[in-house]
Amino acid sequence: MTDIYLDNNATTKVDRAVVDVMIPYFLEQYGNPSSIHKFADGVAKGIKNARQQVQNLIGCEHDSEIIFTSCGTESNSTAILSAIKAQPNKKEIITTTVEHPAILSLCEALEKEGYTIHRMPVDRAGRLNLEAYKKLLSDQVAIVSVMWANNETGTIFPVVEMAELANAAGVMFHTDAVQAVGKIPMMLQDTKIDMLSLSGHKLHSPKGIGVLYLRRGTRYRPLLRGGHQERGRRAGTENTASIVGLGKACELALEHIEFENTKVKAMRDRLERGITEEIPHCFVTGDMDNRLPNTTDIAFEYIEGEAILMLLNKAGIAASSGSACTSGSLEPSHVMRAMDIPYTAAHGTIRFSFSRYNSMHEVDEVLKVMPGVVATLRKLSPYWDGDGPVVNPEQAFKPTYA
Amino acid sequence: MWDYSDKVKEHFFNPKNAGAVVDANATGEVGSISCGDALRLTLKVEDETEVILEAGFQTFGCGSAIASSSVLTEIIKGMTLDEALKVTNQDIADHLEGLPPEKMHCSVMGREALQAAIANYRGEEWKDDHEEGALVCKCFAIDAVMIEEMVWANKLRTVEDVTNFTKAGGGCASCHEDIEAILEKVLAEKGEKFDPEAAPVTKKPVVAEVKGPLTNLQRIKKIEEVLESLRPTLMADGGDVELVEVIGNTAYVNMTGACSGCQMAAMTIAGIQQRLMEVMGEFIKVVPASEMKKLVNIEVA
Repeated sequence: MTDIYLDNNATTKVDRAVVDVMIPYFLEQYGNPSSIHKFADGVAKGIKNARQQVQNLIGCEHDSEIIFTSCGTESNSTAILSAIKAQPNKKEIITTTVEHPAILSLCEALEKEGYTIHRMPVDRAGRLNLEAYKKLLSDQVAIVSVMWANNETGTIFPVVEMAELANAAGVMFHTDAVQAVGKIPMMLQDTKIDMLSLSGHKLHSPKGIGVLYLRRGTRYRPLLRGGHQERGRRAGTENTASIVGLGKACELALEHIEFENTKVKAMRDRLERGITEEIPHCFVTGDMDNRLPNTTDIAFEYIEGEAILMLLNKAGIAASSGSACTSGSLEPSHVMRAMDIPYTAAHGTIRFSFSRYNSMHEVDEVLKVMPGVVATLRKLSPYWDGDGPVVNPEQAFKPTYA
Repeated sequence: MWDYSDKVKEHFFNPKNAGAVVDANATGEVGSISCGDALRLTLKVEDETEVILEAGFQTFGCGSAIASSSVLTEIIKGMTLDEALKVTNQDIADHLEGLPPEKMHCSVMGREALQAAIANYRGEEWKDDHEEGALVCKCFAIDAVMIEEMVWANKLRTVEDVTNFTKAGGGCASCHEDIEAILEKVLAEKGEKFDPEAAPVTKKPVVAEVKGPLTNLQRIKKIEEVLESLRPTLMADGGDVELVEVIGNTAYVNMTGACSGCQMAAMTIAGIQQRLMEVMGEFIKVVPASEMKKLVNIEVA
């Protein structure tokens, strides 16, 4: 059996067609786009073309609203730091408790510098309370930064509506759309989103390339100053091959967006249904009605995620977990904690994330393996006895805290 | 994914003594579900001899937690309780051919379950003597709680102090920002302010810093002096260091005692090199003496 890759929210395989368009930029058109000779004369055109391909995927009005960066994290940092530098009198930031560390760690650092960070909580299904959000919006807020879709659960936030509300209150709105771009259709020109981050390696282009969408007219301060690249908004010699590759990947993503929301979704749904029907004491986390089509995050109670992943890996299946142990921290994923998932389940969450390269056959293979993996580990668990959890598990096993 | 030894994988994929021992007369339950690890160890102890006849484990936890539990049961079977009490977490890690620093707490959990089970057999109450915090220094596996306690107890004020007392930050140095944050927090609680420029409370280098270029003889003497000043720290961990040769600005050393074969040996050597450069004000490379042969061969060739 060939290995099965179900960790596409972590990163994706680069599409062969993407690699093909990149190669000439390493071997032939390797000139600096700023140079005037034949080694560079096709490069500017390649970059312009890529800019339009990105523009088409996210539906923005102008291609000059696309700024190429090195990754999603750089785009996020640029957006937030730009907003606070451009509006030095505004000392508040609104975000959520379930953002990616690229936002949360930055906000933590800004908090130490005196900024007030409003981290909106989520309910047990990972949803935000928009009434509470409205109350936070004020002229003190420099920027709202809310992810379009959550990387762990796939839960989609109503960012279009939230951007409208921010705009009405005169507040800048940024969204980390790293997981959403290419998986759900978007038309930014019809929204009030001011800034958006995306990352190439989540949509079958290489690692090390990202985009910050910056709505024309949005007040902006660059993170990196230097040369005139990206119209002075992001200095540094262009990563030409990756930019061209990202352009191609965006074109392909747009072509496959219906496939993603029908065929890929069908694979996800079948896996999810199969697992929850076959295996007792497991449940899907996040907002089942508002999710990315490719993601399912399932909590297996009374066992631990890293152990599950090791057994899956042995069976040739790649997925990921919200358990503490996979990251080396002591707490399970902040997303699981924010949704108030009990510890006995939060440590056993497994995320399966699909791409257009997966197949129904692979789903069936995983369905064959998964019940055995879970049963093996439950046999070792002090919370499990025979065919089910021990009666009143939290009482039956009360370890001394160590 | 973690770089687990083959031994860890072996015990994870084929755990020994899984499940509760029937007719167990000793049980130890330790761990913390919020940390994602918990272990119940059950033993059958022969009353007359206090020999552990059977041991079984039930573990909620990651690969290394399950492997640590499994290997623990193998180690202690056949031991008397007094012998078993001498088993350390390092013994567990060693039997597994090492654990990543982030995972050393799995071996600690094994040792604690054992102590708890023996206390249970003897009708004593077992109390955990330490609290575990987030891992700060990955080179020496030192957590935040340990650093905080040391800062409180010893009135530490600088990162250098913390390194001298706990070793945290003495390796790759990338955790210095986190250590500063802990200092800031604790000092604020004490009503003081963290000053990165403050003089460390710990003793300044016993060895005077050198100004100007050194002759080879001076260099060797100075290196000896610095190693001598570091010796007490190494010996506290059961190890030692010996200077074998100095060629140019490369010092060849032998790590002896507990230092030899220790996973941290490379880190320790890096720490020695750092200290030498600070004192001598010139570039010094510290290399294990085992590397010297290669060099000699090259020179002969």
